[in-house]
Amino acid sequence: MEKTLPKIEIIEKYCKGCHICVEFCPKDVLEMKGFYASVKNLEACIKCMQCELRCPDFAIKVITE
Amino acid sequence: MAFDYDKWIRPGKLPHIWCPGCGHGIVMKGLIRAMETLKLKKEETAVVSGIGCASRLPGYIDCCTLHTAHGRAAAFATGVKMAKPEMNVILVGGDGDGTAIGGNHFIHACRRNIDMTYIIMNNYIYGMTGGQFSPCTPTGHKASTTPYGNPDPGFDIAKLAIGAGATFVARGTAFHANQIDKLIVEAIQHKGFSVVEILDDCPTTYGRRNKYKSVIEMMNRLKEVAVPVKAAEKMTAEQLQGKVLTGVLYKEESKPEYTAEYAKVIERAKAAK
Repeated sequence: MEKTLPKIEIIEKYCKGCHICVEFCPKDVLEMKGFYASVKNLEACIKCMQCELRCPDFAIKVITE
Repeated sequence: MAFDYDKWIRPGKLPHIWCPGCGHGIVMKGLIRAMETLKLKKEETAVVSGIGCASRLPGYIDCCTLHTAHGRAAAFATGVKMAKPEMNVILVGGDGDGTAIGGNHFIHACRRNIDMTYIIMNNYIYGMTGGQFSPCTPTGHKASTTPYGNPDPGFDIAKLAIGAGATFVARGTAFHANQIDKLIVEAIQHKGFSVVEILDDCPTTYGRRNKYKSVIEMMNRLKEVAVPVKAAEKMTAEQLQGKVLTGVLYKEESKPEYTAEYAKVIERAKAAK
């Protein structure tokens, strides 16, 4: 079965660059690009939703099927 | 599927005022998930707060909200609950607001066992007013008013609440984000005064002065000190040194609830005529 990838939406207007999502992602999917978080390697995402759960700024949405 | 927080947030209010890495946002998400799990109605839910960083929370939540005087959240919330006992009343605030300036209101709300839920975000400091030490600042730690270390021993909010008569006391941390909404759900469902203490991080005024290099280091410290109640039963006193118990710490169902008792007083007064 082919793996379906989620859509990780990062709202830059809300992101304060605290690094929490980047550090607590177990698969190293996210990185800091300048001030904001951004997606580095979407292929590795296992949809654990840790980034969405932990982001204190409501800036990340992991949209799955 | 992504959780729809927007349903419970007032349009146009984000981004919030909390500093980068502040755990208050994580607690707010937990509260929203708990309210959604319980399918609370916006018109039957009141979120009440005092003054402080954590007390800014009701400004963002789209339901009945009340932002009151410093430390007086419990007093105003008692008024709301007495006037409308069918409302779900949730109090939010910080450690300074709840246990120092509002300490008296807090213990008496506990004593009355009125059916409300108090979420205390304990970040060990007064954040908004400039990093003064609070009753929860641990001994020896630095704040703007204790630059050579705090000589006072800190409060244990959970023990204080149990001692004062609260009938549901739980503790979580901002690191254990998944647990927050479960504790709040249980607290709201409990009939009586429920206290949920959430250990939080304040990178700006507390972390900076106490040699925490980053938000991540503060979050990892919360992970290290927290021990679930069940795991603690198997640990020795030595192993528990410096640890903090998390989970539901105390629950009592038998104590009468205040609004129900007050309704009986009204009945008695009417009958006496």
